[in-house]
Amino acid sequence: MIPLLAEATSSGWITPIGLHHYLFLAAFLLVCGLVCMMAKRNAIGVLMGVELVLNAAAINFVAFARYNRTFELEGQIFALFVIVMAAAEAAVALAIVLSFYHQHHTVDVDNARELKG
Amino acid sequence: MTLVAVLFWILAGFTALSALAVTFTTRIVRSAVWLLFTLAGTAGLFFLLGAEFLGAAQLLIYVGGTMVLVIFGVMLTASHPASSLQTNIAEWSLALSVGVLLYAVLCVVLFSVPAVTDAPEETSRSLLASKYLGSALLGNSSATPAAWLTGFPSEKPLPRTRVHYLLPFEIVSIHLLVVLVGAAYLARAKRRPETKP
Repeated sequence: MIPLLAEATSSGWITPIGLHHYLFLAAFLLVCGLVCMMAKRNAIGVLMGVELVLNAAAINFVAFARYNRTFELEGQIFALFVIVMAAAEAAVALAIVLSFYHQHHTVDVDNARELKG
Repeated sequence: MTLVAVLFWILAGFTALSALAVTFTTRIVRSAVWLLFTLAGTAGLFFLLGAEFLGAAQLLIYVGGTMVLVIFGVMLTASHPASSLQTNIAEWSLALSVGVLLYAVLCVVLFSVPAVTDAPEETSRSLLASKYLGSALLGNSSATPAAWLTGFPSEKPLPRTRVHYLLPFEIVSIHLLVVLVGAAYLARAKRRPETKP
């Protein structure tokens, strides 16, 4: 296994992991969350899309903290704030969804049209 | 380096596939379980990036707390069997085309960013990143490394000033408390008007 890995590294199949890899992964998670937010009709599915987007942002913060030593602490602290904010956002969004469900007996976001102009 | 690369590809593939499954699963409970796997994979990536405290916090708060909230929300809002929440083809195609376009734009932008890989001295860093995190939260000036801010013209570099994050941390904790009280107020069982005496 290990000589195989060394050969793969020397022949260029496995490049060393850098900032780019994490940024591409975070962009992929962001796009997945965005498509999830747009395509789901269940309000909790939309909330899951928001969680995916927040995770992408946290991955970006930690990756920059790792590869730019100047912002090592800032990246980690702001990723911590992102996690706490996501918890708060999930609590409020679920409370709103529950309240909406009590009134309309559905969680379809297309039914929420009382404020529609 | 090879071990880091192999671990990264395993974790990144796991996370990306789980995120795809979150998006394209129609059943909301399965979507929640795939989101659980995505969050766990993200925690693994945090460990791989050397942010052990963040990985642990991600596992504890996100996977343990937020996901339980989401799953309770799924359970408490069981939709009527007759009403289908399926998205039609037009909405899927619109969402997918916007997503693919956005990812293409982001990839074009990311390819223009200069590549950064490990500096040679970083292989022997200590594992106690949480110690520096705690010092920075307390405003200990020894925790902030003496460095120059990047992103400015090189002829006029700015020294970084002392930073402390105790006040933002307290604000965030008070924010969380207020938000949770507000959420409990919002989600309480309201008495229906017709059942009032």
